[in-house]
Amino acid sequence: MQPVVITPPGRLGLPSARELWRAREVLYRFGQRDVLLRYRQTAVGVLWVFLQPLASAGAFSLVFGSVADLPSDGVPYFLFSYAGMLAWNVFSQVIARSAPSLVANQALVSKVFFPRMLVPLSTTLAVLLDFAVALGLGAVLLVVYGVNPGWPVLLLPVWLLLLVAVASGIGLAASAVQVRYRDIGYLLPWVMQIALYASPVAYSLSAVPERLRWVYQANPVTWYLEEFRWALLGVDAPPWWMVVGSVVVSGLVLLGGVLVFQKHERTFADVI
Amino acid sequence: MPTTRAAVSIRGLGKTYRIGQHGHRATTAVDAVLRRLRHPLARPAYAEFDALHDVDLDIAWGEALGIVGRNGAGKSTLLKLLTRITAPTRGRIELGGRMGSLLEVGTGFHGELTGRENIYLNGALLGMTRREIRRSFDDIVDFSGVERFLDTPVKRCSSGMYVRLAFAVAAHLRTEILAIDEVLAVGDVEFQQRSLAKMRDVAKDGRTVLYVSHQVQTVTALCTSAVFLDSGRLAYHGGVADTLEAYRQSFERHAAAQADPRRRPGNGALRAEWVRPVSDVFEPAEEKRILIRVPRSDNLLGKYFVSCHVTDVNGVVLAQCDSRVVGGWYDPGVDEEVALTLRQPWLQPGRYTVGVFVCQTGVLDAWDGAATFEVMPGSPYPELTTDEATGAGVVLADFDYGRP
Repeated sequence: MQPVVITPPGRLGLPSARELWRAREVLYRFGQRDVLLRYRQTAVGVLWVFLQPLASAGAFSLVFGSVADLPSDGVPYFLFSYAGMLAWNVFSQVIARSAPSLVANQALVSKVFFPRMLVPLSTTLAVLLDFAVALGLGAVLLVVYGVNPGWPVLLLPVWLLLLVAVASGIGLAASAVQVRYRDIGYLLPWVMQIALYASPVAYSLSAVPERLRWVYQANPVTWYLEEFRWALLGVDAPPWWMVVGSVVVSGLVLLGGVLVFQKHERTFADVI
Repeated sequence: MPTTRAAVSIRGLGKTYRIGQHGHRATTAVDAVLRRLRHPLARPAYAEFDALHDVDLDIAWGEALGIVGRNGAGKSTLLKLLTRITAPTRGRIELGGRMGSLLEVGTGFHGELTGRENIYLNGALLGMTRREIRRSFDDIVDFSGVERFLDTPVKRCSSGMYVRLAFAVAAHLRTEILAIDEVLAVGDVEFQQRSLAKMRDVAKDGRTVLYVSHQVQTVTALCTSAVFLDSGRLAYHGGVADTLEAYRQSFERHAAAQADPRRRPGNGALRAEWVRPVSDVFEPAEEKRILIRVPRSDNLLGKYFVSCHVTDVNGVVLAQCDSRVVGGWYDPGVDEEVALTLRQPWLQPGRYTVGVFVCQTGVLDAWDGAATFEVMPGSPYPELTTDEATGAGVVLADFDYGRP
């Protein structure tokens, strides 16, 4: 047995992969707890997972598709906004659930040691389960509308991984900072609300006027949305630079989030 | 089994907390940003507080180490550093094996989850692998004795059951080193006995137990050696009896230091001049009279009251005798001499200290260990017995047996 050495924390540092791996059971149990609690406490339970993206996609297709009559790249508007909502929900839910997770589990953080990073990371499991259910419903919708996405659908796990990575990076940093500054909890939903309308979730990039389009193209969230739609709806592939960009952004944001988290980690018990 | 010589090896360990000097720290990001904008060059001012200072300690395998000390001496900080809940500021700790902690029973239990789910969640949090939990699952359930409630959400269990289950999980940790902070004070007497026996078994296996407690009795019952922490420093390390003796002596040294009024807490508008028991020794059932002299003071308006704490040699406060509850209010305009008469409870033979507090709306004078007195060995009861018949209680009660 290798001795464990405890020394004062350095300024920057990556977590020990061995330690995280050994504590994987905690990740799984936290995820299980989140899922169980959600379905035990809500009356509609699993129905909620279906209802939420359906209702949002329905509202968007009504407002943007029928009222504003925006284009949707030749795909039924409902399906188009449903695919957008799938991606957006993963992104926003991972952030929304991981950001307050440390504060919500403060009794644990100040009483027991385990790799703290597992608290925000474990919230991803419940989001992925929701995604799986909603994706199943999406597959049914594809059949109903007779849309065949073709081979790009095989790349969906890659885009999902990139999206979860970027959202986890933001979520990790937000959860660590929220321990010190509680108002992050009020700011974040507001920022996400604005980001929802600033990104082409409910409408298509082609609906954006030509002179404003570069602003949208500079928004990384757009890149992930385009990749998701490519994989799910069989629309045209996004330009190559978006794909490369999304890989780079995911990697950097995740790394940044981990570093911010580690910098704060060892003082959590003193501050919380 | 572990191969390194010491289970725990600590070198130069220190922990410094920063306390904001202006009593105000930004708790919102908006506040922090605004403050930085207003005072772009200001450095935050901190007062530093050493909770633990330069501790060196080696703990051998199979040792059950008790950690004793006054409140705020750094006992819990030491345990938090060892269990990595918080990080040290200086120094180095080497652990020869996995460290399991049992800091507060029931941490991580969730009311909506069933007993079974909670066992797995809690076990994982304490560092057990799934295989280890599954292997000990039946033992845990047996030990806790709540198998009937295994599949009901624990919020429906009584708090007693909840605590038993939580303790059972922690007690079955298979880590090489186990840290415990005052958890044995849970459950009924029978469960406490079982927990104590379990803790003893842990040490017998050659594992190491670290135990923080205020209860001197459990330290004596459980530990093979002990350390005494005093204001963040390691003041004594040795056998249990010697360490507890050093701990007790520190109370007296503390009392001596308190005799100087300028070093006592309280705002000082009025200070007691002396506190004297009418006799240095009392019989266990005798009335104990303590005289307190408080000189007059022009710095104070309105009446004040006094409160005496009678403390035994282990630091347990046996009685708080507050003059308010019996209508004792005194006038700062005259020299007062107040006599406290303590009739009940009867006291066990041993040494006692009296702490005196002079208060109005705030504390004017807090004199810890203002006087000491001794209670003679002897029994107040009519029949003659050995100590075994009277020694277990903290105090002696005036009681009787008869037919209902």
